[in-house]
Amino acid sequence: MKILSPADKKKNTVCNLIMFAALIAVLIYIDATSLSVDMIVKVLQKGCVYAIVVVSMNLLNGFTGLFSLGQAGFMLIGAYMYSVFSVDNASREMVYSFSGKPVINFQLPIIVAIILAGLAAALFSFLIGLPVLKLKSDYLAIATLGFAEILRTIIQWDKFGRVTNGSFPISQLNTFKARLADTAFAKMSFVIPFFIVAVICIGIITLMIHSTYGRAFKAIRDDEVAAEAMGINLAKHKMISFVTSSFFAGIGGALYAVFVGSTNAAPFTSALTYEILLIVVIGGIGSITGSILASFLYIASQEWWLRGLDSGTFMGITSPIFRNGFRLVVFSVIIMIFVLFFRNGIMGDREFSSLGIYRAIKNLPGKIAGKFKKSKAEVQE
Amino acid sequence: MDYLLAGISVGGQYALIAIGYTMVYGILRLINFAHGDIFMVAGLIMVYATTAMPLYLSIPFVLLVTVIIGVTIERVAYKPLRSAPRMSVMISAIGVSYTLQNIALYATGGLAKVYPTIPFLSNTVKIFGATTKWVTVITPVLTIALVLGLVAIIKFTKIGIAMRAVSKDFETSQLMGVKINRVISMTFVIGSFLAAVGSILYFSNYPSVVPTSGSMPGLKSFVAAVFGGIGSIPGAVVGAFIIGICENLIRAVSIGGVSLTPFSDAFTFALLIVILCVKPSGLFGEKVTDKV
Amino acid sequence: MESVLRLCDITMQFGGVIAVNNLSMEVNKGEIVALIGPNGAGKTTAFNAITGVYEPTNGAIYYKDKLVISNKPRGKMKKLYAGENNGKYHTVMSKTPDKLTKLGMARTFQNIRLFKSMTVFENVLTAKHLRRKSNLFTATFHLNYKEEAKMRAETLELLELVDLLDVKDELATSLPYGKQRKLEIARALATNPELLLLDEPAAGMNPQETEELTEFIRTVREKFDITILLIEHHMNLVMDISDRIYVIDFGKEIAEGTPAEIQSNQKVIDAYLGVAEEDE
Repeated sequence: MKILSPADKKKNTVCNLIMFAALIAVLIYIDATSLSVDMIVKVLQKGCVYAIVVVSMNLLNGFTGLFSLGQAGFMLIGAYMYSVFSVDNASREMVYSFSGKPVINFQLPIIVAIILAGLAAALFSFLIGLPVLKLKSDYLAIATLGFAEILRTIIQWDKFGRVTNGSFPISQLNTFKARLADTAFAKMSFVIPFFIVAVICIGIITLMIHSTYGRAFKAIRDDEVAAEAMGINLAKHKMISFVTSSFFAGIGGALYAVFVGSTNAAPFTSALTYEILLIVVIGGIGSITGSILASFLYIASQEWWLRGLDSGTFMGITSPIFRNGFRLVVFSVIIMIFVLFFRNGIMGDREFSSLGIYRAIKNLPGKIAGKFKKSKAEVQE
Repeated sequence: MDYLLAGISVGGQYALIAIGYTMVYGILRLINFAHGDIFMVAGLIMVYATTAMPLYLSIPFVLLVTVIIGVTIERVAYKPLRSAPRMSVMISAIGVSYTLQNIALYATGGLAKVYPTIPFLSNTVKIFGATTKWVTVITPVLTIALVLGLVAIIKFTKIGIAMRAVSKDFETSQLMGVKINRVISMTFVIGSFLAAVGSILYFSNYPSVVPTSGSMPGLKSFVAAVFGGIGSIPGAVVGAFIIGICENLIRAVSIGGVSLTPFSDAFTFALLIVILCVKPSGLFGEKVTDKV
Repeated sequence: MESVLRLCDITMQFGGVIAVNNLSMEVNKGEIVALIGPNGAGKTTAFNAITGVYEPTNGAIYYKDKLVISNKPRGKMKKLYAGENNGKYHTVMSKTPDKLTKLGMARTFQNIRLFKSMTVFENVLTAKHLRRKSNLFTATFHLNYKEEAKMRAETLELLELVDLLDVKDELATSLPYGKQRKLEIARALATNPELLLLDEPAAGMNPQETEELTEFIRTVREKFDITILLIEHHMNLVMDISDRIYVIDFGKEIAEGTPAEIQSNQKVIDAYLGVAEEDE
């Protein structure tokens, strides 16, 4: 990591504040002017959800070096924990009509339910972590993957139907929109609440990584044996990282439920974990800002920019090969290119700084002029 | 009885896939997440091949194409990463799995493809008072025969000796003049071939193939490989039969009137976790200790 | 004299092979003690038993007269055990390396193990983690900023003492070999140890680097008022700085004494086939 001089630090803080303020202004503008069905709104909301989960996975895989594939399982717990406590009171009987009288017949405020979701995921991860965190890299991966699959089966078991609605979706969930329906905010499309949750979650993870615990995590990633010899309790610190990561994956799952408005177990398969892992790789293993950037780029291209590949026309080109599923093929190829040739992802393990952008933009004319001169010189040669 | 027969049959199919996992792991120390998808792709190719050519041609065609795909994947996605950290290769494997599924999704248009009936395999037969398809009977026999053949290759041929050397010590055997890339390709040839055979047997029992058909049997076969001790071929076979039988028998069990059928998949993973925690080296695996 | 480390009848048996046989030794406060022996004599195995990497098969280890590690032949070893003093020890006690470091024993590694992605400064700072008073909550929300500032200040101080301050922001692995060694020792010192365990600190060094290292180890002892146990091959270094030397061969102690005594010990000369006087 580059060390900034105090003067640069100050400049960086100023740049960050300006960027952040600009971002908020744009989001408020989007919120106020677009409809909640608009693509940009969907992308921003889903992007926030993914950013939380991707950063949480990066904490574990990128910063602590634990190759875990349980993220979808913890999202599942979060999503269900949230949903069970968030069904609309009036429609509850209808939602559970196939499963019998619902056991939980009250609704919690959104924020409380989201935090509860995180805590439930954290608790489960603690129990799972006790046996599996002792395992070495690929065994850990396969064991966590196994646990995620087991959780999915258990949650869909019809004997739990009165809580989880079995394999039927829990719909009619509380969302930000429903919550604020009678207020002055009702007309908004509610990107801001997603954004706030994401900022808080990612902020906490970033703070943790920059604390003395974060250094201990990185030490474990770099060299487990040396870290232990330096007095770092491996079991304890791996557990802290695992539980924290799962807590935020749980919150991500809950937020996903808020985004969709209903929950069932189908999306939370190992394929989702793979997808999240691939976003981590694209962003750069060990870069928070890379993860955030990659999450939004991924969601935007998947949901929005590459849609044309599925429906026949892309960038003005119409072709019969642009039919259903082609988008995902193109996507896979892009991902494989990253995995094979840009193994460090967009950001490597560096962080994106607004000062850096400012400087890059400031230097851009000079650089272009330099290039121009150079190519001219080459021509003359 | 029905459950036991089905278990033995499924176990044999898992065994054929598990060998691919265990051999690749033995040599490259890589969990080839894409192996289950190669198995699925073999199923799809069979579907398309039978529409274009007669059965006696399409079976060898499927075997050949699957082998080519397997080796190509190794060349394209794993070989460039030979000196990279293990996590990168595993991520690449996950990427390949994702890619194969998406290509399959595109090719099939997301529709389930009906698997062709292979006349002989799909005929019914009555043994021990249970009615079943021929494939159920043939699978274990064929599996054992193939495994014996494979063991003979590994024991007695030059390439087999090279394989054993590479799995013991990658670098040293390279220094001793073993052509690493040939050995690895051979591993993928054998693995993919067996997966293709397994796929023909497996899908004969099921009506159709979908792009995600490969992931569950793939994961379970991997569990079988771990159960038997990853890197060990007899281990993978024994593990696969045990898992196949157990997951089918569990469908027959009910505790206090509650059927355990929904848990047959979960059971496999529970078994995996127990094994990993109690004896990570599996039934026949060797214990490896890290050096400080 | 105050005992810092005491090994009592330590035996390590792997299957049928006895790697360390009934080794007893003592390190007193302020001493530099060396453990030497020909290749394969069991030095590293003994070292790993002291640092908690291996569990000894039989015997006990005391740190500052407090029992920290103890074992008796158990399980399979009950039948297989071929060493001495079977039945003398009854307590079973083991400690993971991090617990031992917390007690005040810090070690370095034969093949340098620095934190690759970190700078020199961060490497040392990370080793301060174990003496933290903050918890996860206060650390995450940076409520421990005073402690953090103190940790950073101490790290700078330490880097100055070991003369690495000028490279503090460089990537640890980009340093030249000799400095990486120094850094590893500095990182161990950052855990505030009373006993420093050095595993072949001069491995792979040329004579000049070895000389510098010898000097460095000596200054470390003075500046940090520390006790040192080292295993080493370079006889010059060992003879130069050790107060006492233990020599083992085939896992068994064959001699103990001052450098002068060891140099004239016939058993030692035999074990080294007469090459003990020369540089290996």
